[in-house]
Amino acid sequence: MRIVMTAVLTAVRPRFVWRISVPGLIAVCAICAVIATTMPHPAHAFSDEELRNVTEKLNVKSATKKIKAIDAMAADGDPRVAPILNAMLEGNLFVRDSDEHVVIGAKKGKVWSHIDIVSGEIVGESSSKELSKIKVNNRLRGALRDALAALNLFSKDIVVRTAAVEQVMDARDPSMLPLLDRAIEREEDPTLLARMELAQATMALAAGETPKQRMAAIDVLASETTPQIRAVLSQFVASAEAEGYEPEVIAAAKGALKSVEGRLSMWQTLGDVYRGISLGSVLLLAAVGLAITFGVMGVINMAHGEMIMIGAYTTFVVQQVFASIFPSGSPWSLMIAVPAAFVVAGLVGIVIERCVIRFLYGRPLETLLATWGVSLVLQQAIRSLFGATNQQVMAPDFMSGALELSNGLVLTYNRLWIILFSLIVVGGIAIVLRYTAFGLQMRAVTQNRRMAGSVGIRTGYVDALTFGLGSGIAGIAGVALSQISNVSPNLGQTYIIDSFMVVVFGGVGNLWGTVLGAFSLGIVNKFLEPVAGAVLAKIFVLIALILFIQKRPKGLFALKGRAVEA
Amino acid sequence: MNKKLQALMGAGALAWSAMTLSTAQAADTIKVGVLHSLSGTMAISETTLKDTVLMLVDDLNKNGGLLGKQVEAVVVDPASDWPLFAEKARELIEKDKVDVVFGCWTSVSRKSVLPVFEELNSMLFYPVQYEGEESSRNVFYTGAAPNQQAIPAVDYLMSEDGGAAERIVLLGTDYVYPRTTNKILRSYLNGKGISDADIMENYTPFGHSDWQSIVADVKAFASTGKKTAVVSTINGDANVPFYKELANQGIKAEDIPVVAFSVGEEELAGIDTKPLVGHLAAWNYFQSVESDANAAFIKKWHAFIGDDARVTNDPMEATYIGFSMWKQAVEQAGTTDVDAVRQAMYGQKVANLTGGTAVMNTNHHLSKPVLIGEVQDDGQFDTVWETEGTVVGDAWSDFLPESAKLTADWTYPWVCGNCEKPMY
Amino acid sequence: MTDYRQKYQMTPVIGWLLRDRGGMILLSILIAASILIPVGNLIVPEGSALHVPTWMMSLLGKYLCYALLALSVDLIWGFCGILSLGHGAFFALGGYAMGMYLMRQIGDRGVYGNPELPDFMVFLNWTELPWYWFGFDMFWFAIVMAMFVPGLLAFVFGFLAFRSRVTGVYLSIITQAMTYALLLAFFRNDMGFGGNNGLTDFKDLLGFSLQSDSTRASLFVASAVMLGICYILARCITNSRLGKVLIAIRDAESRVRFTGYRVEYYKLFVFTVSAVMAGIAGSLYVPQVGIINPGEFAPALSIEIVIWVAVGGRGTLYGAVLGAFIVNYAKTFFTGVMPEFWLFFLGGLFIAVTLLLPKGVIGAVPAFGSPDRQSVLAGLRKRISNGRANQGGKA
Repeated sequence: MRIVMTAVLTAVRPRFVWRISVPGLIAVCAICAVIATTMPHPAHAFSDEELRNVTEKLNVKSATKKIKAIDAMAADGDPRVAPILNAMLEGNLFVRDSDEHVVIGAKKGKVWSHIDIVSGEIVGESSSKELSKIKVNNRLRGALRDALAALNLFSKDIVVRTAAVEQVMDARDPSMLPLLDRAIEREEDPTLLARMELAQATMALAAGETPKQRMAAIDVLASETTPQIRAVLSQFVASAEAEGYEPEVIAAAKGALKSVEGRLSMWQTLGDVYRGISLGSVLLLAAVGLAITFGVMGVINMAHGEMIMIGAYTTFVVQQVFASIFPSGSPWSLMIAVPAAFVVAGLVGIVIERCVIRFLYGRPLETLLATWGVSLVLQQAIRSLFGATNQQVMAPDFMSGALELSNGLVLTYNRLWIILFSLIVVGGIAIVLRYTAFGLQMRAVTQNRRMAGSVGIRTGYVDALTFGLGSGIAGIAGVALSQISNVSPNLGQTYIIDSFMVVVFGGVGNLWGTVLGAFSLGIVNKFLEPVAGAVLAKIFVLIALILFIQKRPKGLFALKGRAVEA
Repeated sequence: MNKKLQALMGAGALAWSAMTLSTAQAADTIKVGVLHSLSGTMAISETTLKDTVLMLVDDLNKNGGLLGKQVEAVVVDPASDWPLFAEKARELIEKDKVDVVFGCWTSVSRKSVLPVFEELNSMLFYPVQYEGEESSRNVFYTGAAPNQQAIPAVDYLMSEDGGAAERIVLLGTDYVYPRTTNKILRSYLNGKGISDADIMENYTPFGHSDWQSIVADVKAFASTGKKTAVVSTINGDANVPFYKELANQGIKAEDIPVVAFSVGEEELAGIDTKPLVGHLAAWNYFQSVESDANAAFIKKWHAFIGDDARVTNDPMEATYIGFSMWKQAVEQAGTTDVDAVRQAMYGQKVANLTGGTAVMNTNHHLSKPVLIGEVQDDGQFDTVWETEGTVVGDAWSDFLPESAKLTADWTYPWVCGNCEKPMY
Repeated sequence: MTDYRQKYQMTPVIGWLLRDRGGMILLSILIAASILIPVGNLIVPEGSALHVPTWMMSLLGKYLCYALLALSVDLIWGFCGILSLGHGAFFALGGYAMGMYLMRQIGDRGVYGNPELPDFMVFLNWTELPWYWFGFDMFWFAIVMAMFVPGLLAFVFGFLAFRSRVTGVYLSIITQAMTYALLLAFFRNDMGFGGNNGLTDFKDLLGFSLQSDSTRASLFVASAVMLGICYILARCITNSRLGKVLIAIRDAESRVRFTGYRVEYYKLFVFTVSAVMAGIAGSLYVPQVGIINPGEFAPALSIEIVIWVAVGGRGTLYGAVLGAFIVNYAKTFFTGVMPEFWLFFLGGLFIAVTLLLPKGVIGAVPAFGSPDRQSVLAGLRKRISNGRANQGGKA
């Protein structure tokens, strides 16, 4: 009985046990005594009155006292506690100023409904002014999550249970072991059971008392590949050597550590490749529009970055409009923003082509001057319209968060989507250039304008559309970049130099060169970064680029033929 | 040829007269120069401060002006171009004859204008948190010095409430403010028993936008089991991609809290803060602080800017305090003469927007309270810790051997900004 | 034919200088300015209508440095067709050389009072001066370095690039990559050049306080004189036989090569000379503005230099000077008068000049520009038709 009591006591919030004062200890022990007999699934361990009383204890200023109250609430495993703790975690637990009662708040417009903590019914309404929030900070949030994890280990919902196990594993708290042991006994799902046993092993390694227990734990851990396991093992090796454990245990731990490290470094390399590809896809998106306006048409388009910026701002405007019309559908606004950005940036591009660039064909260096002027005007126009500060573009749910592979590799969803998106965009352009009538005309006009004109192609029209296409694609890139970067008037300036480097590196006028150029620059950069730091990596890449151009003065894929010389 | 020459000379004469023509029409106004970038990379932060000064001037004029005169703001755009800052400062002082200048954001812009202000003996109010290690007779620093921001912040991180951090990651943009702050912090942390092995330092260029590797490194550094926290001195534009990456890689504030010194309400306005709840910032002001003065200030700001969604931030409060102190000092001195106003500035008191009183010290730095706030899901901060009373801003850090011996005191008998013994 | 040759051989430099109308006007203005402006500043009492305030003198001095920089770009772009988008790098290197001298002159007057090390090194815990700072306590050494370092960089860079026949936009982009790489490198605090803050807080030059009006006036005169000398030098180059080859390279590089000229040597020579000029401009610029930092390496600045040249009129030398003055004055004027909208004007100016004045402002003045004295509108009409006709070839 005593063992169970201390087990439960320590299981709930063991890190703070030593801080619990004597009266508190007695109170908690009393609760434990009540519940110890009814564990592990007491329906209502608290009477309504007790629940209310124990919750009211949250209404204190000191974080330490709040944690004590949380532990007391969670200790009992009462299912009604979880919603209260959840509300507190999300900042929705309030003290009503009128009667000093703790209530859960639910916001509807400007009115807050008060939900009773025991019955779950609405017991009043007010503005936010009459409620004072029960403040949480990081420490409390940690305590709340651990407490909820302990409660949720026995949840009926497997998703909740899985999350709880991960939380317990992160907390790496040996004193949660008894609770975990009990959960393992009851668990039926084999995958989750394996995770639970892994969590058990991480804790057992430190808590294990016999060499056999330790060896068993090491065996389980050796087959895993995560940074956490590496940390657990290396800590164990250090402490084992200090405490003078059995040599075979130390040797086994060292062997396990070595194998974990070996596998991790392989994953680390893979991670660098992934990050390089991801950076490459961003560079590719930024550069691919330029590959058309600069690469195909020969316009040194310094306003290219501003087309990206216009795309990003279009995304912002589309989201704002969406949010005001159908608040529920806003995750889809990004889908609408892609064509919208294409059209807006494309139209701006066509206007620029008709008003400025068409007078300058054949003088690429003068296009540099005029488009630089255009870029200044566009930047200032956006600044005057939207203000100089950053605008907030929301990430839809499918682009938030990350795919966490168990070996410590984190693939963020937004970057996965951007990689995919960049490939789709490039594929789309390739199809347009290769298989459509417009693509054919475009290639004809850029290869031999007079000949194209004399067979009846309206060259001016094709020019305008080609520039529009390049700008429109830059606009699409803006939609993607709004997900990872600032949406500000300076957005374009950030990417313009990199874009030119990519196009020139790949070879002007060659789409595949741009693709290969973007990905190789990205990957090289990401492999250098851990070694040399972000700044030096970039310098090395630039120097390498300069030297590379000496070797291949026309880029990776040079155009052949007379057109090059002109 | 003669005609052309005439035309050319005519054009030259026109340009000359345009250059020399000072805005001489309103000689009986008091002129306030506003030297904040309205274009270029820093416009994103500085435009707000220009508007703040305009609002304060407007407000002052509505209440009858200063010394019976109207106050006129002279706004110029130094365009985030550092030598242009010096040029514009000289122009404001010599050509427009302004009585005081409010301006600058980056350290390099301040360093650029400093010789101009000292040469022409004019007065600059600098409203941004900075690295310290400076005290000029002609500059009043109303932003936080490192000991008013960085030191309290790591104290909090290492406290029980802040999560009792034992490993610290120092992330910064590679320029003087992060370098200095991190140097001070490293020496402070070593003194608190955190060894160099438990400190990771990393610098990135301005506007760094690809944070994948660095965030992954932080995660790996934190995986040893010791509680880890990040101290961020990442500047301006780079913050949005940094926080987006942080959120997406799932770094929760309970596991690895990030405390930032350059991220305020304005920077957060560009980010969806739901995944960032709990990350921290250390400032002397938060918009969320409830006080009557703050509520009135926010209301005035919204009315002036015509947009209820605009936020207020710490450099705005610093501008407000600087402006109010200057106004009081001018009234007390009865003149806008720089030397007289400077003498009147010492000991000048202004009520903070967050409660308490800011006092101008003789080292040209303020005594202010320090607040630590956690990011909330609405883009505001919730104060979780604050100093009891105010902290005196140190021009010279006590934690750096070469600057600990220096003293800044512009009153008798010291009268200097970096001395080891008094001048008189 | 023989006539011309005889004339060339017999006429000394003065002869064709006298016939260079734009150059004569420029040189006269420079001489007049270098006398009148210091007099107006130092002797004419304040309050007089003719008094030149100090801020204006240092502003004009700064413009002179920019003009010299523009001149150096026009020499390679206007006469040899090399479009460098990285000339700011040479300017900045010259500036850093001078800045290092000025830093050493501070001596123990820095905030930490270290007689040997600049403040930022004391701060970075450096105990001794890095080797590349040695010698910069001597003025002559700094001046030599201000020319040698940009020249050397241009020589090495040009040697590699011209030998491999990197031309056109490829060259432009790698010059941009060069200045960008230098920007990032100087930006690093570990490089020992003061990081982002650069070098600042200068006290005196050759023992004269930088804050005194007479020093400023001297610097102004030095800038004017240097611009004059460099102008004459550039004119000598362009008027010489070598200059003719350069122009031929600009107009048809392959043909010149096939005629038997070693194109790369000509290019290398003029590129290096131009870089040295840019370095001189930088070294004069720094004491006048009081700061040098990596911002001067920014690719945007290098693009702007090219724009000055284009606005003034490419391929005329004096046009570049005029362009530098026009654009920078416009910038000064508009950032003061309409701080919120000046970029519209500047951007609009660039577009308008490109479209309406293809030969720059100087081209619009009939005496200097097109001999057929066509009006601006007629010029535009011609450009449109030319543009159509020209569309035959790929850019």
